[in-house]
Amino acid sequence: MTTVDLKLYQVGTFAAGNRLLPLEDRTVQAHPDRSNSITSGHRACQGCGEVLGARYVLDAAMRATGGDLVAVNATGCLEVFSTPYPESSWQLPWLHSLFGNAPAVASGVAAALRATGRGHTRVVGQAGDGGTVDIGFGALSGMFERNDDVLFVCYDNEGYMNTGVQRSGATPGGARTANTKAIGPEPGNAFGQGKNMPRIAMAHEIPYVATATVADLHDLERKVEKAMTFHGARYLHVLVPCPLGWGSASKDTILLARLAQRSGIFPVFESEGGEVTAVTPIRRRVPVEDYLRPQRRYSHLFGAHPRPDVVARIQAGADRSIARYGLLADSSEK
Amino acid sequence: MDKPFAITLDVGTSRANKTGSWRTERAVYVERQPPCNQACPAGENIQGWLYAAEEGPGADGRGYERAWRTIMADNPFPAIMGRVCYHPCETACNREIVDEAVGINSVERFLGDEAIRQGWTVSVEAPPTGKRVLVVGAGPAGLSAAYHLAMLGHDVTVVDSAPLTGGMMRFGIPAYRLPRDVLDAEVQRIRDLGVHFHLGATVTDLDETIRDGGYDATFLAVGAQVGKRAYLPAGSVSHVLDAVTMLRGLEEGEAPMLGRRVAVYGGGNAAMDAARTARRLGADEAVVIYRRTRDRMPAHEGEVREAQEEGVLFRWLTTITQVDEGSLTVERMELDQSGFPHPTGEFDTLSADALVLALGQDTDLSLLEGMDDIAVRDGVVTVDHELMTGRPGVFAGGDAVPHERSVTVAVGHGRRAARAIDDWLADRAPEPVPHRELADFAMLNTWYYEDAPHQQRSMLEAVRRQSTFDEVVLGLDETTALYEARRCMSCGNCFSCDNCVGVCPDNAVRRLGPPGEYLIDLDYCKGCGLCVAECPAGAIAMVPEEI
Ligand SMILES: Cc1cc2nc3c(=O)[nH]c(=O)nc-3n(C[C@H](O)[C@H](O)[C@H](O)COP(=O)(O)OP(=O)(O)OC[C@H]3O[C@@H](n4cnc5c(N)ncnc54)[C@H](O)[C@@H]3O)c2cc1C
Ligand SMILES: Cc1ncc(C[n+]2csc(CCOP(=O)(O)OP(=O)(O)O)c2C)c(N)n1
Ligand code: SF4
Ligand code: SF4
Ligand SMILES: [Mg+2]
Repeated sequence: MTTVDLKLYQVGTFAAGNRLLPLEDRTVQAHPDRSNSITSGHRACQGCGEVLGARYVLDAAMRATGGDLVAVNATGCLEVFSTPYPESSWQLPWLHSLFGNAPAVASGVAAALRATGRGHTRVVGQAGDGGTVDIGFGALSGMFERNDDVLFVCYDNEGYMNTGVQRSGATPGGARTANTKAIGPEPGNAFGQGKNMPRIAMAHEIPYVATATVADLHDLERKVEKAMTFHGARYLHVLVPCPLGWGSASKDTILLARLAQRSGIFPVFESEGGEVTAVTPIRRRVPVEDYLRPQRRYSHLFGAHPRPDVVARIQAGADRSIARYGLLADSSEK
Repeated sequence: MDKPFAITLDVGTSRANKTGSWRTERAVYVERQPPCNQACPAGENIQGWLYAAEEGPGADGRGYERAWRTIMADNPFPAIMGRVCYHPCETACNREIVDEAVGINSVERFLGDEAIRQGWTVSVEAPPTGKRVLVVGAGPAGLSAAYHLAMLGHDVTVVDSAPLTGGMMRFGIPAYRLPRDVLDAEVQRIRDLGVHFHLGATVTDLDETIRDGGYDATFLAVGAQVGKRAYLPAGSVSHVLDAVTMLRGLEEGEAPMLGRRVAVYGGGNAAMDAARTARRLGADEAVVIYRRTRDRMPAHEGEVREAQEEGVLFRWLTTITQVDEGSLTVERMELDQSGFPHPTGEFDTLSADALVLALGQDTDLSLLEGMDDIAVRDGVVTVDHELMTGRPGVFAGGDAVPHERSVTVAVGHGRRAARAIDDWLADRAPEPVPHRELADFAMLNTWYYEDAPHQQRSMLEAVRRQSTFDEVVLGLDETTALYEARRCMSCGNCFSCDNCVGVCPDNAVRRLGPPGEYLIDLDYCKGCGLCVAECPAGAIAMVPEEI
């Protein structure tokens, strides 16, 4: 299971580092020499979860590969805010082509490296949820099917944020976006639609699939490191709250990611060859309402005309994923 | 131009884009006041010494010693504190809300004992001032003042009527709670600083003593030595004594004859000590008689529990109306709305061979006669904020001034008075104490602390305890002390977890090298507040930017 062995260190166990811990037990982010794969001066919003997630993932991957790494990026916030011509925030070889083709480009880069005798250089492909579950879906499925040697990372902020917060196939039911307005009898995004990309990836029976959030750095880094021990197609799905699109305070980005996990809304697990091999059990479970309330994209569920029926529906979804992955198995808090 | 096709500009780094200009608020590191520090009557920097203790033998092998020295900066008695302090710090501890308060007192005791085992000492660094200070009373208040005054370079003389130092720490608190070798070891350090002691010498006329001795300043710490007597109609042969006389007699080697059944009248700590001592002296039955209910007893909860475990009996809501040979007449009481006890007219008889009165202590301030500028009200000396009496240069503290009475309060008074005396002698205004905002629980992000209950101090087996004066509460061993210290959440103060470095989306938090030293790069801090929200200890604050 994925819990950290606590030994005697009772302070800062879940924090990035701790002066009492040996350096190797601290996170990469707490290392003085982390690579800062995406450096200061980028134009991401205050408190952006996506840029934080990208640095967490790529710094860990840089460490795991000794810096022998190339990143391929789809169009989206991560690309736009990092590379306004001629500036770049990237401190690793980085390539951008189109919104929909990042998995195909990443496959191509991996093949080219191999063909030119540089197969030791590893490849990370990355995209937002739109670039992953919608427009890049076919290319990604092909990359999985061919088992190309790429770690593909989806930074899931549950919408097309870069173009003004439109719905994607990863937008949850009930959430308001620019084109799923909070009006009518069924306000916000429709329920029962959309795609569960980690499960689709698992169905391809690729070597490694994992989910993570920006709220659990130790877990996220460990998964990246583990992913880099495999060759072939790997998929990492990271929940990255977006203050702009979710209508949340910039300081609450990590809090919301944590509440998504604690409520069961976002199950955190790992899978190898299509089978779930480990889950992060819920520590201190909370009702989904705790997660929904701080976000303006759900404000129509509370306020003057509350919709407890919709909240109950979201809660039922969380309960279902808790049961499906056994998220309470290791925990005394039922 | 040798640029590739369609490229007109050189690649630049985004670091040229100073996103700090977006900011309306900035993050700043703060040092808030931890609730434990706030609650400590001795003014200890508890969070500070737990931080050092957490390092344990640590990288340099001296974490415990640094912790001990941090305590010693404020309080010369860590090993005594770790045994007799009522630890209001633990009541205030924020960790209580997470699982259980940090066992601060246990760790303090471990550090105090470790210092004795290792022979750590302190020495006077300040140059001699040439000033002579008189301290009357070698209880905790007087000893603490003498220690701090000596450390500040003054020439200190302590006078006490008792043959040995310690005041109530020796002649009140029984040895099963405070072994005398511990007391002696901690007092010896003060002797080693060159403080002069005149023991067995009662000051009867303070004015004259100051004049004859040519003292530049005085600290009066005579405590409250006289056991209060209640008027009780008593038969001629009835055996009535007071708790402080009994406990002092025992310390001086004369075990009082109490008989088989002993009644103790009162609800404070002295009553618990008297009853528990009676059990140890062989009484089959020791019963505490108190006029209110258990929850209204002034005795510390732990003391009451330990007394009960040792077989001490309790009669709540009871007063004594008559004392005869071998028996007491008692009356049942009732509490009114405001918790005040009223007689009910229902009487009962209790058999008792001896009655110990533990009704509190009065001061004996006859040494102040003729010093009309020193005001005494309700039997205690009036002092100002600096603990100075009406007579310039004469300060007072401990049980002799109006305040809650405890060893820890007395030690705190000794420290405060020493600083005030030092200022007064130098004709200097006291340094203003910087105000630190309280590190409230709501300012912490306790998600980051793993749950862990506190290590209970093991207790001597109750049966063994009843017949000996061996120490009752045993200290923590090294690993448990370390574990306990590491439960501290470092409220309001950075403990160097690097979380701020981790969570900044803009790489704007830099580590300067030494643990706990960070810098926020204002060229790039956008003011999102994530570092503040995710700092486990509440050691960062957002402050508005002047725009
Ligand atoms: C039985 C008992 C148990 C207690 N248990 C605890 C406990 O567990 N924890 C706790 O925090 N507090 C406890 N207390 C309270 C605590 O002991 C006192 O509050 C504390 O000792 C007061 O310190 P002090 O220095 O002001 O006075 P004292 O400790 O009373 O010392 C005063 C000293 O002045 C000397 N003196 C007095 N008059 C003269 C004179 N004219 N000339 C020369 N010398 C003089 C006395 O001999 C004495 O040594 C207890 C008290 C009692 C009675
Ligand atoms: C083919 C194509 N269609 C549309 C766009 C416009 N576009 C750019 S980014 C984006 C949405 C990106 O959403 P997502 O992948 O979730 O990334 P995010 O910005 O949310 O991080 C869109 C629609 C485009 N660049 N190319
Ligand atoms: S819109 Fe969202 S994802 Fe895009 S930069 Fe802003 S916070 Fe980040
Ligand atoms: S957790 Fe530590 S700093 Fe906070 S109140 Fe308790 S002992 Fe003091
Ligand atoms: Mg998106």
